[in-house]
Amino acid sequence: MAVEMLSYIERNTPIHRLTGVTKLVCFILWSFAAMLTYDTRILLFLFVLGIAIFIVSKIKLREISFVLLFILVFLLLNNAAIYLFSPQEGVKIYGSSTVIADFFGRYNLTLEQLFYQFNITLKYFTVIPVALLFIVTTNPSEFAASLNKIGVSYRISYAVALALRYIPDVQRDYQSIALSQQARGIDMSKNEKLFKRLKNAASIIIPLILSSLDKIETISNAMELRGFGKNNKRTWYSARAFQTGDYLTLIVFTLILIVSLVVTFYDGSRFYNPFV
Amino acid sequence: MGFLKLSIKTIVAIGIGAAVFIILAKFAAIPSPVPNTTIQTSYAFLALMAIVFGPVAGALIGFIGHALNDAISYGSVWWSWVVVSALVGFLIGLAAKKINIESGKLGTNKIVTFNIVQVLAQGIGWFLVAPLLDILIYAEPANKVFVQGLFAGVSNMITVGIIGTILLVAYGKTRSQGNSLHREM
Amino acid sequence: MNKTVIEFKDYSFKYHSQIEPTLQDINLSIQEGEKILIVGRSGSGKSTIGHCINGLIPFSHKGDTAGTLNILGQDANTLDIFSRSKMVGTVLQDPDGQFIGLTVGEDIAFSLENSLTNQKEMHSIVKDTAAMVAMEEHLSSSIHHLSGGQKQRVSLAGVMVDDVDILLFDEPLANLDPATGKSAIELIDTIHKEMNKTIVIIEHRLEDVLHCDVDRIIVMEDGRIVADMDPDTLLASNILEDISIREPLYVKAAKYAGCELTANMKPAHISTFDVNRCRNQILSWYNQFAAASFTSKSERILELQNISFSYGSGGKTIENVSLSIEKGEMVSIVGRNGAGKSTLSKLICGFIKPNEGKILLNGLDITNDSIKQRSERIGLVMQNPNHMISKHMIYDEVALGLVIRGAAEAEIKERVEKTLKVCGLYPFRNWPISALSFGQRKRVTIASILVLNPDIIILDEPTAGQDLRHYTEIMEFLSELNQHGVTIIMITHDMHLMLEYTPRAIVINDGKKIGDTSAVEVLTDSALIQDANLKETSLFELANRLGVKNPLDFISRFISFDREAKQKWQ
Ligand SMILES: Nc1ncnc2c1ncn2[C@@H]1O[C@H](COP(=O)(O)OP(=O)(O)OP(=O)(O)O)[C@@H](O)[C@H]1O
Ligand SMILES: Nc1ncnc2c1ncn2[C@@H]1O[C@H](COP(=O)(O)OP(=O)(O)OP(=O)(O)O)[C@@H](O)[C@H]1O
Ligand SMILES: [Mg+2]
Ligand SMILES: [Mg+2]
Repeated sequence: MAVEMLSYIERNTPIHRLTGVTKLVCFILWSFAAMLTYDTRILLFLFVLGIAIFIVSKIKLREISFVLLFILVFLLLNNAAIYLFSPQEGVKIYGSSTVIADFFGRYNLTLEQLFYQFNITLKYFTVIPVALLFIVTTNPSEFAASLNKIGVSYRISYAVALALRYIPDVQRDYQSIALSQQARGIDMSKNEKLFKRLKNAASIIIPLILSSLDKIETISNAMELRGFGKNNKRTWYSARAFQTGDYLTLIVFTLILIVSLVVTFYDGSRFYNPFV
Repeated sequence: MGFLKLSIKTIVAIGIGAAVFIILAKFAAIPSPVPNTTIQTSYAFLALMAIVFGPVAGALIGFIGHALNDAISYGSVWWSWVVVSALVGFLIGLAAKKINIESGKLGTNKIVTFNIVQVLAQGIGWFLVAPLLDILIYAEPANKVFVQGLFAGVSNMITVGIIGTILLVAYGKTRSQGNSLHREM
Repeated sequence: MNKTVIEFKDYSFKYHSQIEPTLQDINLSIQEGEKILIVGRSGSGKSTIGHCINGLIPFSHKGDTAGTLNILGQDANTLDIFSRSKMVGTVLQDPDGQFIGLTVGEDIAFSLENSLTNQKEMHSIVKDTAAMVAMEEHLSSSIHHLSGGQKQRVSLAGVMVDDVDILLFDEPLANLDPATGKSAIELIDTIHKEMNKTIVIIEHRLEDVLHCDVDRIIVMEDGRIVADMDPDTLLASNILEDISIREPLYVKAAKYAGCELTANMKPAHISTFDVNRCRNQILSWYNQFAAASFTSKSERILELQNISFSYGSGGKTIENVSLSIEKGEMVSIVGRNGAGKSTLSKLICGFIKPNEGKILLNGLDITNDSIKQRSERIGLVMQNPNHMISKHMIYDEVALGLVIRGAAEAEIKERVEKTLKVCGLYPFRNWPISALSFGQRKRVTIASILVLNPDIIILDEPTAGQDLRHYTEIMEFLSELNQHGVTIIMITHDMHLMLEYTPRAIVINDGKKIGDTSAVEVLTDSALIQDANLKETSLFELANRLGVKNPLDFISRFISFDREAKQKWQ
């Protein structure tokens, strides 16, 4: 039942040393830039920069390979779907049609379509390294403190902290329920009949959900007993103070966002059109 | 933002709810009669939580749960669908007062109300909002995203309809009635 | 100039779902700076009193109250839960309800964060407090990866940082190894003396708590206070015996010998206890009996060969452990908190797979068998009951295994009801598990395994949180099964339990087997005691003080007498 998940990978690199707040803000700025633009030049620039940052972080590809594999498959399918549904989308956007291969009906392969799909793919590739980095280099303990610092109310920040805190717990509950049911004779393997398997799955899911609802009760009791919510603010054990590096990084990323927006919308369109 | 001064119990419900949402999405896919497809139980759970804890909790569980799940399993967040999860949680939560599950009794008419609300909420979310956001953010072809939304919406409506209802009934049963327990020798 | 900090007057409480009140006619006042111990059978309402003090009743558990409760001079009804949290710090009984932070450090800091302590100060307080409970090296470990006992230490630290007047500990010792339990009690004593706090301890391990002075002991039975007196007077009386709560062993021995105890013999501690006044009686009593004997077995049923295991990428949690268990044996596994005992039990049942080594059952290799296959032979009662319970109702939970195995309905009913009786749960059979006390919940999990009649039963701390009566009933039932050939492996921190029921003990330390010998010899090997954080029982000290030449013989005669005496309960 080992499903892999991304989690914090401890290293000592300039990226890790940045505070969670900086990384969170930069991640948001970056996502905005990548989301709004369709300008190939900007996307390429962001992509290369993203890879560079990734290298600095000393995260090894093998540590995240399972996600990368998944993403590649997803992109492949997504591209196929786009082509299937709308083979002339590129022509519509770029306003010209350069056919490079003749297929039946509207499935003519055009240079514009290829370029459009290349851009979509590139767009994912600009966001992914940075998003991945954000996840594997930010200590989850610090994350809630960061959310609070950028203005999210501490109650909601704490809800996020609780979610992070309880993922492994709920996972363990899930496994212990499954284990203790197996230890009393339920067969969870694939060789059971479908209806039995449905019933078995339900015999884990329902107790898991009901016990989680009980858990909500016990945990809110414990938090109340230990004084959560008595003030309008709270301090954070794991928050970290800003260093020069943090200010610099923030300035650089803000500039990147501004520049990419200016370049993108300079000609009044999100798309960079090499076909005119 | 007075409504955001949530009670501690709601905060915990959001946190734990998001964690359970993620675990369900990752581990607890139920095998379905259609080969090679599984039934996602996480939205049925989201619906239950929205009914028990109300719209704000529903929205935040959908938002945090979906965003974190995307992040830790795929390394990037599919924002358009995250927003939809939040919206679905919120809309279903609007029926919380009417259904009032804490009162214990869960009659047929409440189950019908629940299902009407969930179908409406998911319809708005998956058929309308999800495709529009995909077009806006990712400039994906319109017909592709609408078909995707249709597919996701219908399958979620069915699972929430079946599993969500089962969960609701199971939860209703655990609300023990007052003055009912005594030692039987 | 004593100030009353807690005062119950004609107080009673009924949980919303119950018909009868759980607490009745409670009259209790606790003065500033007092240290109070509450004892009582499992389900007698101890935790419920605790909840009334810390405010969970009425804020979280709804119900009807009558009478008055004053805390620090204020009517409890007028206080909200935050003002309560500034007055009372609580260590809850259920370990899962206690932890909020992601890491040890964060969890200890939790209430400091809420009171806006600045970060630098917070770090130093947390460090100091963690050092007091010997967890300073684990500040950045995730709570999730701690052993049962390590968790308990963190929860102690979590309330010690609070600046509150009243500290409430609900079974602080339940999962601690003997030496750590002793230091936890000393720690609580230090807090009591140096910070002048009022302390309320709820605990079944009376003798361990009495290691340091307490001012008064409150005895509860069925929701009422049946005694409220100083320890010496209480121990001299028959109150504890009457409601079958375990008395300190040396007191028990003196009583068996027919001594009339009085309060001025100071029976509260073995060191102050005036043994001279009953020396002759005890000595002549002891000479009348034969020692308990255990028969030895011969057929090997379970064998572990060079087992190693590690969680994730860390160091080895279990390192090259080999052991074998004979058919029909009753064996203890002992060792300090975090030694790897629970891990070992999970390896045997297949919940986790060893990285190296083989497990043999009846000579056949089962290392690759599934949990289900093993479960037909081996049953495991896990340390934390919450990890096993999956049904809403008690009856259904206990019946689950039989239902899965397709037993006939009538047979299920008969077996379940019989097991529920053994575990003292029969009156509650139609209750939801959520309405049970913690000790009752643990018994549900024991029942759910006993009902399946496995060949080998592994119990992880079966008696933690149980009173003497239930403890004896369960243990006697187990030894009866044992006589019929069932093999029983028990993980325990209770040294007397080990001596009483298991001829042989396996000692684990740091994932390695460091001892495998008779239970008695374990407690005479001071190196083993030291390494595994064990402790001699007070009977040793009694025997020494009496000048008995062979203390082991003394203990084994005590045990045989004691078991005979307890037979009368059945
Ligand atoms: N939430 C609840 N709802 C209904 N009844 C409850 C609830 N909690 C406890 N009870 C009942 O109240 C009685 C006393 O429970 P309590 O937890 O105070 O016992 P306890 O003395 O602490 O026992 P233990 O030593 O096993 O922890 C039990 O019989 C239990 O069934
Ligand atoms: N799921 C886990 N992941 C990682 N480490 C773990 C896990 N469970 C236990 N450990 C670690 O393994 C070691 C042994 O734990 P185990 O629970 O077997 O101890 P134990 O001997 O049962 O202790 P106790 O008497 O306190 O219950 C401990 O150091 C603990 O921190
Ligand atoms: Mg209790
Ligand atoms: Mg253990």
